[in-house]
Amino acid sequence: MRDVAVMGVGMTKWGELWEKSLRNIFVETALQALDDAGIDKIDSMHVGSMSSGLFVGQEHIASLLTDYLGVNPIPCSRVETACASGGLALRTGFMEVACGMSDVVLVGGIEKMTDVSGSEATYALGSAADQEYEGYHGITFPGLYALIAKAHMEKYNTTREQLAQVAVKNHSNGSLNPLAQFPFKVTVDKVLNSVMIADPLRILDCSPITDGAAAAILCPVDMVKQKGKPVIKVTGSGHATDSIALAHRDDITWLEATYQAGKKAYGMADKKPQDIDVLEVHDCFTIAEICVLEALGIVEKGKGGEAVEKGLSSLDGKIPVNTSGGLKAKGHPVGATGIAQVIEIVKQLRGEGEKRQVKDARVGMTQNMGGSGGSTLVHIFEKE
Amino acid sequence: MSLPSRYWREIPQRYRLEAYKCQNCGAVHFPPRLVCSKCQSRKMEKIRLSGRGQIVSFTIIRVPPHQFEDQAPYAVGLAELEEGIKLTAQIVDCPFEELKTGMKVKVEFRKVFQQGESGILCYGYKFVPE
Repeated sequence: MRDVAVMGVGMTKWGELWEKSLRNIFVETALQALDDAGIDKIDSMHVGSMSSGLFVGQEHIASLLTDYLGVNPIPCSRVETACASGGLALRTGFMEVACGMSDVVLVGGIEKMTDVSGSEATYALGSAADQEYEGYHGITFPGLYALIAKAHMEKYNTTREQLAQVAVKNHSNGSLNPLAQFPFKVTVDKVLNSVMIADPLRILDCSPITDGAAAAILCPVDMVKQKGKPVIKVTGSGHATDSIALAHRDDITWLEATYQAGKKAYGMADKKPQDIDVLEVHDCFTIAEICVLEALGIVEKGKGGEAVEKGLSSLDGKIPVNTSGGLKAKGHPVGATGIAQVIEIVKQLRGEGEKRQVKDARVGMTQNMGGSGGSTLVHIFEKE
Repeated sequence: MSLPSRYWREIPQRYRLEAYKCQNCGAVHFPPRLVCSKCQSRKMEKIRLSGRGQIVSFTIIRVPPHQFEDQAPYAVGLAELEEGIKLTAQIVDCPFEELKTGMKVKVEFRKVFQQGESGILCYGYKFVPE
C-alpha cells in the first residue's frame, strides 16, 4: 500500500442556500479544493450524498457532478452510508490511491436539504433508520437520540446541563469559524429554554438542516512532497457497522460501530486515544458527542458528560473536540459532513486554524456516523 | 405513497407479533430474519411473542414526520419483552407525566397512521400500560 496524503481542501459557506443548486454548490467547493491543491486534473471522484433523491429528486449525481465540474469522462461513484456518506467517500478514495489504481482522487460530499419542507426533510432523514420497524411507528431522528439520551442519563447520571454544555462548547468554537451556518455563541440557559423537539432533546441539542458541500484532494505522499506542499498523511482508516434499528442493540447507550471503527483506525495508525491532539466527531445531537467520546476511548464508559463539564474537550482542553463548531454550529448537510470534518483537521494540522487553532496539533482524528450509529467511519491524520 | 404489497407483507409481524426463534442458539428475532445475527444459523422456527414487557426508554415526539402530523405530540418508547428482545412503538393510553422507565406494558393492536385521504389505513402494535 502507498502512503496517502490530503493535498488540497475546499469548503464554501454553509447555510440555507436558496439561490444555489446542488450542482453549483458542489462545483464551487470542488474548484476550491483543486485550487488549494494547485492542480487542474484528477483521475477519479467519489462523492458522499445521503439522499439527493428525497431532498431534490435527483439520483445519478455521480455523472451530474463530473459533468458540471467539466471532468468527464473520469470515473465517479456516489457512495452512501446515511450521515456517514462523506466519511465513506474519503475511505473509498483513500483505498483507490493507496492501492495504486489512481494518483489524484477528489473525495467530496454534498447535501441540498432546503428544497423540501421541514417535515419532508424530517422524513428523508428518518429513512436512515429502519423504515418498517422504527419510522413506521412515528419515531424521528431526534427521537432515537432522545431514547439514547434518556437511557444515558438514567444509567450514568449524565445531566441535562452536561448535554447543553456540548452545544455551548461547539457554538463557541463555531463562532470562530466563518464558514459555519450558525457562527454565534449560546448559553446553557438558552439551550435549556429552547423549543422541545423530542424530550429531553431541545432544538439547541440538534444539528440543523443545511445546504453545503465539502471536497478534498487525495494523492500519494510523494506527489505532495514534489509540489512542496504541507504533508498531511491519512494514517488510519476504520469502518464498521451495527444494527440499523436502535432496538436491536444490547445496550442503547453504547456505539459499538464507533468502537470497532476506532479500534481499526487506531491499530492501523499505531496510535492510542491519548495520542490524538484534535478531534472532530459526529455531534448530530448533543448526546451523540458524549457517547462517541466514550466509544473512542477518549473517556471511560459513562464519563462523556463529565468530559465537557470539566473542559477536557474545549478548545483549550486536553483533547479539543469539534473545533470547527461541529455539526451543531457548522451545520449538517448530511453527505458533506464527513469531508468537512477532514477539512477542519487538515487546517488544524497545517496550522491554518486561525482563531481556533490548537497549539502544536500533529495528530488529528475524525469520526463520522450514520443513522443512530448503524455505521461509522474513523480516520486518523498526521502531519509529517 | 407505497403500493399495498409493502404493507401487507409485514402483516404477520405487525398484527400477530410473529417472530423467529433460532433453532441453533435460541435467539429470538423480531422482525423475523433469515439468518441468525448471533450464530449465523439459518434454521428458524416461527413463534408468537407474549406481548408483555417493560419500558427501557421513551421520548415524546413534538416535531413529527409528515404522516404523523395529526398525532403530535405523542410518546414513543423502547420496550423489552419477556422474550428478551426490544421493540419500538408508540406508548398510548398513558398521560405523559405518568411515563417512566421500568413501567410494565402490553402490546396492543392499534391503528398507527393513515396514508393520506385515499391511502390505506396502517395498523400495527402500540404499548399500553398494564
